[in-house]
Amino acid sequence: MDWELLLAIFPQVVMDGLVLGFMYALIALGYTMVYGVLELINFAHSEIFMVGGFVGVEILLTMQATGWLDTFNPFVILIFIILMGMAVSGVLAVVVERVAYRPLRGAPRLIPLISAIGVSFFLQDLVRLGESLWRNAFYLTYPSFAAFNTRIEIAETIDFSVKSVIVVVASLAMLFALQFLVTRTKLGKAIRAVAEDQPTASLMGVNVNRIISLTFLIGGAMGGAAGVLFGVQYNTINPFTGFIPGIKAFTAAVLGGIGNIPGAMVGGLVLGLLEAFAASYLSLLTGGAFGAEYKDIFAFSILIVILIFRPRGLLGEVVRERT
Amino acid sequence: MISRRSLFILTLALAVAAVPATGQLGAQGKGTIKIATQTPLSGELAALGEGMKLATQLAIEQLKGPVEKAGFKVELVPFDDQAKPDVGVANAKNILADKDILVVVGHLNSGVALPASEVYKEANLAMVSPANTSPLITDRGLPNVSRVCGRDDVQGAVAAQFAKENLKAKSVYIVHNKNQYGQGIAEFFQEWSKKNGVNVVGFEGSEERANFDPILTPIKAKNPDVIFFGGEYPQAAPLFRQAREKGIKSKFMGPDGVDSSELLKLGGDAVVGMHYTTVAGGVKEYPKAKAFADSFKKKFNKDPEPFAAQSYDSTAIALKAIEAAIKDAGGKMPTRDAVTKAVRKVKHSGITSAVEFDDKGDPKKATYLIYQVAKKWDDRKMVKRLEIAAPQKKM
Amino acid sequence: MTDVPSPSGPTTGAVDVAPGLQRWRSHPVLLNVLVAAALFGSAILVWVVPRSIIAFMAFQASLLVIYLLPLDVRTKLAWAAVALGVLMPMLGTHNGYYMEVAIQVGIFVALALGLNIVVGLAGLLDLGYVAFYAVGAYLWAIFGSPQAAKFLPIEGVFPLPAPWFFAFLILGLAVGAITGILLGLPVLRLRGDYLAIVTLGFGEVVRVLANNLDKPWNITNGPKGITPISRPPLFFEPALSALGIDAPPSVLYPLLFYFMVLGIAAVVIVINRRLEGSHVGRAWEAIREDEVAAQAMGVPLVRMKLLAFAIGASFAGVMGVIFSAKQLFISPESFTFLESIGVLAMVILGGMGSIPGAIIGASAVTILNLQVLKGLSLWLNELRNSGLTVLGYNLADLPSQFEPAKYERMIFGMILILMMIYRPAGIFPARRRKLETYHRGEEPAA
Repeated sequence: MDWELLLAIFPQVVMDGLVLGFMYALIALGYTMVYGVLELINFAHSEIFMVGGFVGVEILLTMQATGWLDTFNPFVILIFIILMGMAVSGVLAVVVERVAYRPLRGAPRLIPLISAIGVSFFLQDLVRLGESLWRNAFYLTYPSFAAFNTRIEIAETIDFSVKSVIVVVASLAMLFALQFLVTRTKLGKAIRAVAEDQPTASLMGVNVNRIISLTFLIGGAMGGAAGVLFGVQYNTINPFTGFIPGIKAFTAAVLGGIGNIPGAMVGGLVLGLLEAFAASYLSLLTGGAFGAEYKDIFAFSILIVILIFRPRGLLGEVVRERT
Repeated sequence: MISRRSLFILTLALAVAAVPATGQLGAQGKGTIKIATQTPLSGELAALGEGMKLATQLAIEQLKGPVEKAGFKVELVPFDDQAKPDVGVANAKNILADKDILVVVGHLNSGVALPASEVYKEANLAMVSPANTSPLITDRGLPNVSRVCGRDDVQGAVAAQFAKENLKAKSVYIVHNKNQYGQGIAEFFQEWSKKNGVNVVGFEGSEERANFDPILTPIKAKNPDVIFFGGEYPQAAPLFRQAREKGIKSKFMGPDGVDSSELLKLGGDAVVGMHYTTVAGGVKEYPKAKAFADSFKKKFNKDPEPFAAQSYDSTAIALKAIEAAIKDAGGKMPTRDAVTKAVRKVKHSGITSAVEFDDKGDPKKATYLIYQVAKKWDDRKMVKRLEIAAPQKKM
Repeated sequence: MTDVPSPSGPTTGAVDVAPGLQRWRSHPVLLNVLVAAALFGSAILVWVVPRSIIAFMAFQASLLVIYLLPLDVRTKLAWAAVALGVLMPMLGTHNGYYMEVAIQVGIFVALALGLNIVVGLAGLLDLGYVAFYAVGAYLWAIFGSPQAAKFLPIEGVFPLPAPWFFAFLILGLAVGAITGILLGLPVLRLRGDYLAIVTLGFGEVVRVLANNLDKPWNITNGPKGITPISRPPLFFEPALSALGIDAPPSVLYPLLFYFMVLGIAAVVIVINRRLEGSHVGRAWEAIREDEVAAQAMGVPLVRMKLLAFAIGASFAGVMGVIFSAKQLFISPESFTFLESIGVLAMVILGGMGSIPGAIIGASAVTILNLQVLKGLSLWLNELRNSGLTVLGYNLADLPSQFEPAKYERMIFGMILILMMIYRPAGIFPARRRKLETYHRGEEPAA
């Protein structure tokens, strides 16, 4: 076995894992917040994330066509497309809630979950149809910025691109902002109150419907930001991009303790690192007998194990059973 | 309650009425011979499938003369296999049910052609494939299956040889997309490389479509001379692009699955200069195909896609076989069996190559081309052209 | 089409199905004439115009007529037997495509009924149901082809001789059930929506394993799939030739598969009906409605859930074995998440927990996919090629991206959303649910 090689790529794998992990963490926030408030797995969240990615690529391609791409500072453009992605995805999440979940509030638990799966499928094909008609292709690429692709070299075998740093910094900033919003502001208090007990919150003068819409808005916006960052980092997007990261992010949310914001971050990072190690090392360690594809099996096995032995997750709060 | 139900029934009735009866009311008299195509007319690969169908249509229009003179009408029946095995099999049953269909031209995907051809075999209905490169297509020894194109085992070897001899590769890293086609060709690339002393430093498969980090990290550490990707352009483009962004300097190669202008659109500068092998190639490599390309463009107002010219040749072979079978039957409607036997005997000087089948249904000589991608897709350069016989079945 | 009308109780059957047709009950002769006219009329139409999809759909609709009319159960069963046992095989031999449609409908009816037990009766959302189907399919594919010899050090045994197929039907049943229990044991303590995600993950794991287990040991042959798979022996061929009927295997195999699928679907329906009314069925429904209350009343939660999982999975296992033999070639592509959702859409469309619902849902979705959407796509294609101009718009300019057949996800998605909002009980709501709601004097409500 080539131990030198294994050691040499170690820092790079950690970096890959961190980038992926922060991406999962951002997506996981959408699941966690909605679940905290409604106890609903928002299955369509992966498509909200995907739509964010498409918003980013559409703006960039339009700017490229008009030649504006070279006139602005790439960082300004990046902030602009992140904000646009957040806005569109956030609004879309609110619309989805109004159309497909709100009429079903109070129905048995399976009913809104199935409706959510329906929304997810519908959005996938809607985007595919739209992009097919509009651009005659639904696999799209982010134009690349030289500034983001510059590599920062730390040692001979360790270097990472500026955009990886951007992903990490942006995710951290958003996670802290959200944590502040939920724990320190009046709005956050209202969200927590609704999560705790809807009727009582309503008696205390909280407009429950408005808070639920807001929760979807915030969760959707985080998903949209993740979609844009995903596109910038991996520079490719298609209507089915969301599905697997969505499932993984949900796993991350459960891993960290669903309904818990720092939990989503911890869960995302653990899962991201684990996957990066599995995908990079499995083939090397087993001499090619088991390949990178087993990383998904790892992720799902961990989900099952966590659910059995620690159903509240790593940082979980007590989740009350509501029937 | 009742009104809602009648509404439901009404909707159902409307839906039924909207569905056309695809078949005419039987054959007029005894004089119609049909040629079916089965290609994906919808979905990701629709452009290729549509081109194959249109080329078949064109071939029938231009070449049906002799058969018409014998007193038969010739018609095209297009089917959409959606690139799905289940759909292809259902269509195949539908094709068998129409006794006038004497030849099938198709498919695009080997994964669909394999199960569908088992159905054709039940009625010994001839299938002439313009595009299926999997060795299994003919290695099963079905008497009714022939193809005019090359095979993946040869294509993989051609690519590997090119990597070694022309790109001077001492080490290669092979990545594939874990589907039937991609993994197949990647394995043939690996086999040749290992046998001929090229160091295969890695062999990895992944269905991933976006995040290639975990695959690229070991590649970067091993720094191979050539990275070969077995698969299609939607994955090849981001893989190569991320590889360049990570600072990987290796040369890139791919099989005919990357042969699309989309590769350049998605991959950008990263794929410029990469090489790929193909069994089809652009129409301009075939001097005889010029007339075909012109009339195709004139009739359908677009350029023929890869495999369109091969479909034209396949249809020409089908028509020749039908003509011969009619002659043998004394001017009567030939049986499927007779047409199937006649297909193997056809010697055809086609627009892409001269086709003559061996006893498995492979062409005795097939064309393999190697291209290099340029800044503009239309400027891509053919750097090598080979005529190779199909290998004998190893069993 | 194999939607055998389920025998409903003599008092509720007709009332449930079509209250508006109730007044015709007292004219059984008229009704029977009507059925005969619909059935034979459409059958003759199919016979005369074998390639018209409309004719075949008329035949399918006439089966629905049998179910909807207020006839007594025995008469309905007799008509269904005539239609499915005699007419359908004749038409299917005339046009093999319809036989294929019928076989696929039958397979999906059994799958939908299996999932109906898990989702509809016990209320456990299983998003990876197709995994059990895959297990059954691979079971026979591996041992019924030379594949097994690639990882087992036994020479000359594989492929197993064709008669083994029947043993594998039983084995498929057992292995399906065991897989169901193995998955169920660790996860059934979870709450409903966690369970959904875990089953989804399980479905993906099975597919990924099928796609990757070509090394280190070549068990599934990976993405290249397995072929050729043996078919069951044509054991009735000697009997037929003794009768002077000589038919080629290309006619006999579809007939064999058709009757096998029909038989298994019928058995599945009977089992479903028996279970529904038994204490097991009531326990499942109690779990679905309120787990805590059910437990308090002494329902053994885990055991009952495991039973639901095992029975549902075993149906899928059997059908998987038939599928691989019919298809001759299988690869992991046939067992994607979309297939699981497709079966789920069938159950939901028909009505969760409702047996006739699952049957009609499966038939409707399969026919929609195989005939209607494809027919529409071909029709659009023809329109485009004809270059017809409608209202000044040249149809040749119609973007080729509009392919109804390719947007099945969108159609499934809309079915799921709209059904959940407007009719969560489905087209044919479950009898018990309906009894309950009528009892309270309400429409089936969200």
